[in-house]
Amino acid sequence: MSIKDLFKKNKIKNKARNTNKHEEHDVPEGIMTKCPECRHVELTKDLVKDLKVCSKCDHHYKMTAQERVAIFFDEGTFKSLDDHLQSVNPLEFPSYIEKVKSDIKKTGLNEAVLTGVGELEGKQIVVAIMDSHFRMGSMGSVVGEKITRAIEDATELGAPFIIFTASGGARMQEGVLSLMQMAKTSVALQRHSAEGNLFISIMTHPTTGGVSASFASLGDINLAEPKALIGFAGRRVIEQTVREKLPEDFQTAEFLLAHGQLDAVVNRKDMRKTVSTIVKLHVKEAN
Amino acid sequence: MVKYLPFEAPLMQLSEKINELKDFTANADVDMSLEIKQLEDRFSKLAKDIYDNIQPWDRVQIARHPERPTTKDYINAIFEDFIELHGDRNFGDDEAIVGGIASFEGRPITIIGHQRGKDTKENIRRNFGMPHPEGYRKALRLMKQAEKFSRPIICFIDTKGAYPGKAAEERGQSEAIARNLFEMAGLKVPVISVVIGEGGSGGALALGVANQIHMLENATYSVISPEGAASILWKDATLAQKAAEAMRITAPNLKEMGIIEEIIPEVLGGAHKDVAQQALNLKAVLSNSLEQLQSFTSEELVQNRYDKFRTVGVYAE
Repeated sequence: MSIKDLFKKNKIKNKARNTNKHEEHDVPEGIMTKCPECRHVELTKDLVKDLKVCSKCDHHYKMTAQERVAIFFDEGTFKSLDDHLQSVNPLEFPSYIEKVKSDIKKTGLNEAVLTGVGELEGKQIVVAIMDSHFRMGSMGSVVGEKITRAIEDATELGAPFIIFTASGGARMQEGVLSLMQMAKTSVALQRHSAEGNLFISIMTHPTTGGVSASFASLGDINLAEPKALIGFAGRRVIEQTVREKLPEDFQTAEFLLAHGQLDAVVNRKDMRKTVSTIVKLHVKEAN
Repeated sequence: MVKYLPFEAPLMQLSEKINELKDFTANADVDMSLEIKQLEDRFSKLAKDIYDNIQPWDRVQIARHPERPTTKDYINAIFEDFIELHGDRNFGDDEAIVGGIASFEGRPITIIGHQRGKDTKENIRRNFGMPHPEGYRKALRLMKQAEKFSRPIICFIDTKGAYPGKAAEERGQSEAIARNLFEMAGLKVPVISVVIGEGGSGGALALGVANQIHMLENATYSVISPEGAASILWKDATLAQKAAEAMRITAPNLKEMGIIEEIIPEVLGGAHKDVAQQALNLKAVLSNSLEQLQSFTSEELVQNRYDKFRTVGVYAE
């Protein structure tokens, strides 16, 4: 018997133990969720109950548009708008429509924003919720059109318009048409504002580029979720231009707040209450 | 001396030959004037052929030409009594944007435009025409001033984009651009924007919410530079030439999409070949454009701007 054989038994034992270990953790996928920030593991069920905010480090997980509807509106009041609009391929970019179609299937949305009318503590509001799971929340013609129609509906109803932004910016595949959506949404917001209506912008992770440089920054009140990335230019681009290391918290919601660019950073758990209070304080006198 | 661009190489070679022959004729007894004449005919034919078949990437090169006329060149050539007005009253004066008041065909007017430098020193001072937030806020201040005194506003767009820097982010680059889009929408005076060189993304659009938008024939207007598009879409910035075509950024492209009103013809080979003539071409379009908008009431102007941008976008219902 060689020395090597002495350890053979252990090896087999270990192997068996490992298999057991593996089986122990072989729970169905999705039951547990590990926080990408602090690695804290908790039951997905509990996480959802906590509005997808990590119970240990307060990390705000990304949310789908439908998840936001569920936690934001008075139950059963939300009615979606313009679900029938479809992106086309104006610049004839190869495989663009295939990508859009695959995201329609993945998210259950017709585009990167869900718009609709509903009630918040009994007050009628019009809301647009961007979803970064759909083409990074990028804005092309349909996103611009849906948001503009929602703003126009709010103006007509004299109701507050509220947007949750989540977007990497303008959608490259629609070229300058995407850029012009920044102007389109802004002219609609100007009219909404000129008629004395309220607009609240809530920036969530991430809000950058053309979306940050248009409606996201145009709220009468601009709020953001904690740690959300908000900025005009990408971090890498800036580092290459200025050739210096940027601070850790650069372009976070807290950084913007400190530089006077936000009204408040609001925890997701307090968002509904905060927004409904703001809405209540802006109710037009019924003359 | 005007530099030739890569796609103009055959022209440059021919022009050198012609000059050689001219030198030779001047210094020798042989008369080569017939040959020179023939070559010159060939030159103009070749020039027409090259410029008639100009590709998007060639236009990008012309739009970026270091000697391409800038906002200040057109201000000097087209307007009278120009007085430059500085500063945003909050932070500083951003020299990447110039603005002021002047007289155009006898009428007071406000002019605002991106300003590149003509040499390295001036380019550093003007940050290569890439504004910080205070530049956009200066522009907005001058627009509001124009509105108070019922002066039409003319904007010249010529920028690679808003500056992507640390200080720009700290002072709210996004908000400054967004604010201009919003406020321009409501201006009660005529606004005309002309893309004279590069129209780079949000930094260009921040001077672009106008009643009428015109583009010089070789100007570009895009959501991202061809290099940026290539590196995002194909992870390879060297495919910029391909991206320039795919992204549809030229004046004819934008006219076709219904985003701009008029294409302002450029002198053969590009605006830098004859600045005085180019200024005349631009002036004619501005004059006509102002004439059209002069009869609008302030409500009609706001409505007109609304309708112009409201209809941009392609989708299926």
